[in-house]
Amino acid sequence: MTEPATSRPAGRPVEIDERIAAYKGVWVFIETERGHVHPVSWELIGEGRKLANTLGVDVWGVILGPQGEANIAAANEAFAHGADGVYLMEDPILAEYRTVPFNKGLCNLVNTYKPEILLLGATTLGRDLASAVATTLATGLTADCTALAIDLDTHSMAATRPTFGGSLLCTIHTLKARPQMATVRPRVMAMPPKLSDRTGKIVNVALGMQEQDIITKVLDYIPDRNQDQAQLAFADFIVAGGRGLGKVENFRLVTDLAAVLGAEVGGTRPLVQGGWIPQERQIGQTGKTIRPKLYIAAGISGAIQHRVGVEGADCIIAINSDPNAPIFDFAHYALVGDAMKILPALTEAFRNRLSVNRKTI
Amino acid sequence: MHVVVCIKQVPDSAQIRVHPVTNTIMRQGVPTIINPYDLFALEEALRLKDQFGAKVTVLTMGPKMADQALRKALTFGADEAILLTDRAFAGSDTLATSYALSSAVAKIGQTDPIDIVFCGKQTIDGDTAQVGPGIATRLNLQQLTYVSKIVSIDKDARQIVVHRRAEGGVQVLKTAMPCLITMLEDTNHIRFGTMADAFRAARYTLTEWSATEAGVPDVTHCGLRGSPTVVKKVFAPTAKTVKATPIAGDTPESLSQTLIDTLFSAHPGLQEDLESRVASNSQGA
Ligand SMILES: Cc1cc2nc3c(=O)[nH]c(=O)nc-3n(C[C@H](O)[C@H](O)[C@H](O)COP(=O)(O)OP(=O)(O)OC[C@H]3O[C@@H](n4cnc5c(N)ncnc54)[C@H](O)[C@@H]3O)c2cc1C
Repeated sequence: MTEPATSRPAGRPVEIDERIAAYKGVWVFIETERGHVHPVSWELIGEGRKLANTLGVDVWGVILGPQGEANIAAANEAFAHGADGVYLMEDPILAEYRTVPFNKGLCNLVNTYKPEILLLGATTLGRDLASAVATTLATGLTADCTALAIDLDTHSMAATRPTFGGSLLCTIHTLKARPQMATVRPRVMAMPPKLSDRTGKIVNVALGMQEQDIITKVLDYIPDRNQDQAQLAFADFIVAGGRGLGKVENFRLVTDLAAVLGAEVGGTRPLVQGGWIPQERQIGQTGKTIRPKLYIAAGISGAIQHRVGVEGADCIIAINSDPNAPIFDFAHYALVGDAMKILPALTEAFRNRLSVNRKTI
Repeated sequence: MHVVVCIKQVPDSAQIRVHPVTNTIMRQGVPTIINPYDLFALEEALRLKDQFGAKVTVLTMGPKMADQALRKALTFGADEAILLTDRAFAGSDTLATSYALSSAVAKIGQTDPIDIVFCGKQTIDGDTAQVGPGIATRLNLQQLTYVSKIVSIDKDARQIVVHRRAEGGVQVLKTAMPCLITMLEDTNHIRFGTMADAFRAARYTLTEWSATEAGVPDVTHCGLRGSPTVVKKVFAPTAKTVKATPIAGDTPESLSQTLIDTLFSAHPGLQEDLESRVASNSQGA
């Protein structure tokens, strides 16, 4: 599908290619907020490693934050996950996330060391920062990618993401600008293995800003009390329902099965829009991406925006009355039938099976 | 006080067609609505009109038919509406879009200085959340994304305090106006417009700007030409090569039995996991 190399416009000025060739290496923004590294950073280092191996270049992490030992710990974690080096920018100004100093710091690094690819997590911080950086550098940014690869013909990154319509994916390239930027949502990419004896270089770079030059001030930070939010993304067992359940009362069938399995519950976007379940239980492109060992989906059609959020599951069981439902294209086990009848039977069967075995222990 | 709300007209349904040559999405013939995320931004702006008598200008970039979205915004109570429309904008990615929109915002501000630019968190068709920050960066506005609440505004000191959603909590930010706010969803409810606004919207003459009229400095930065990202292909996801294993059974009970047997023989680890979870759960109970 990629353009044959010969289709490149012959008259393209040489200096553009030279300018682009000056950019080398894959960078991952290591998102630290209040001393805590967002795990999406390690997932991206794993992904960045693969791109870098294809290109034959190095992977560098970028850490922006206040001075502290946590930065060295984060750098070592980055090496263990596959980074070759870390650019470390320490300044008290960077203690709390604010767009202006983070944008300036990251853009300065890019302009000095010229990476060809820059990846960030699609978190509130990552999206805010990535947009500002891409605009400042006038380069291409592809949001919420579900797959990243290198197109060897054009030597560019092929960034794939779902597109509007519920059934299509598109692959986006940035050909004439650098760095090629992309954000990826947490849990979309697998966590790479950790090799604790891997080491790497740390390069310290100064931010060079004064606090009085920054207009936005952080007055306070109110941590969420509700720790419920993080659960779904990291749960091993999840049961979810969709519009096929018919009415909100039937969602209890999902909750019942989840209770027997000790699983978390989730649902599709229409259920959130209909007020059946809270937003933090939405699974999919605009909700949570999940990677459980077992995912049971009842009355869910399997639209692309849902699919991209669940494809990382080890095992998917789908219950749907329509034998042609798209979910059967990516589920592992297909139960064709009425979810309102199958869910209670399945709940009972699991209850019996799991409790019988327990008694024999 | 003057606030500008950037809105986008988006297809209402999941119907989609892709231009076979340019690989851009063709939007003709699909019913349209105001991007639902933008309504939270519009309502927040209208509250500033209630509270401070702010003037609310709505701005959209799109085809001529995007005037419907603007007219709809007027029925909710917006004061002025500007449609940025030009062939030069066709095929814009987020960088080119923020370029065109920021030119128009700057032009609006020349006649009536702007205190706040509002955007929705993202659109339902593009879903990138990149255009708002793009405008802020270009116009050097203080960037406040994912705002869940405007806590206070000091008109005279031109300062604003907001709650911004972060990953594990909420930042309380204080900054100076002019600023750009992207509103988080479910932070308010768009009001019912009044009859008076409905009549005014129907009679209102929209301002329509071409790229030149909007003061766009360089049209080569607009549209497909000005977009660094190139859509190389649009495709349907492939079905897994191994199809889902169909589970057969005459009754829901036998279906369930067969599923569990098949599942546990194929994934013995899963069975152990579940058993130990259930065992530890019931001990705790
Ligand atoms: C930009 C964008 C972002 C989106 N983000 C997300 C997202 O993050 N997450 C998400 O989930 N969606 C998202 N969507 C919506 C997505 O496109 C689908 O509309 C949605 O996933 C469909 O939800 P559903 O499967 O519950 O409903 P439907 O598509 O209506 O499917 C219902 C299914 O239930 C089956 N059914 C009916 N009756 C029964 C029965 N008695 N027993 C068993 N099965 C039955 C039907 O055969 C059907 O397959 C997004 C859409 C857009 C445009």
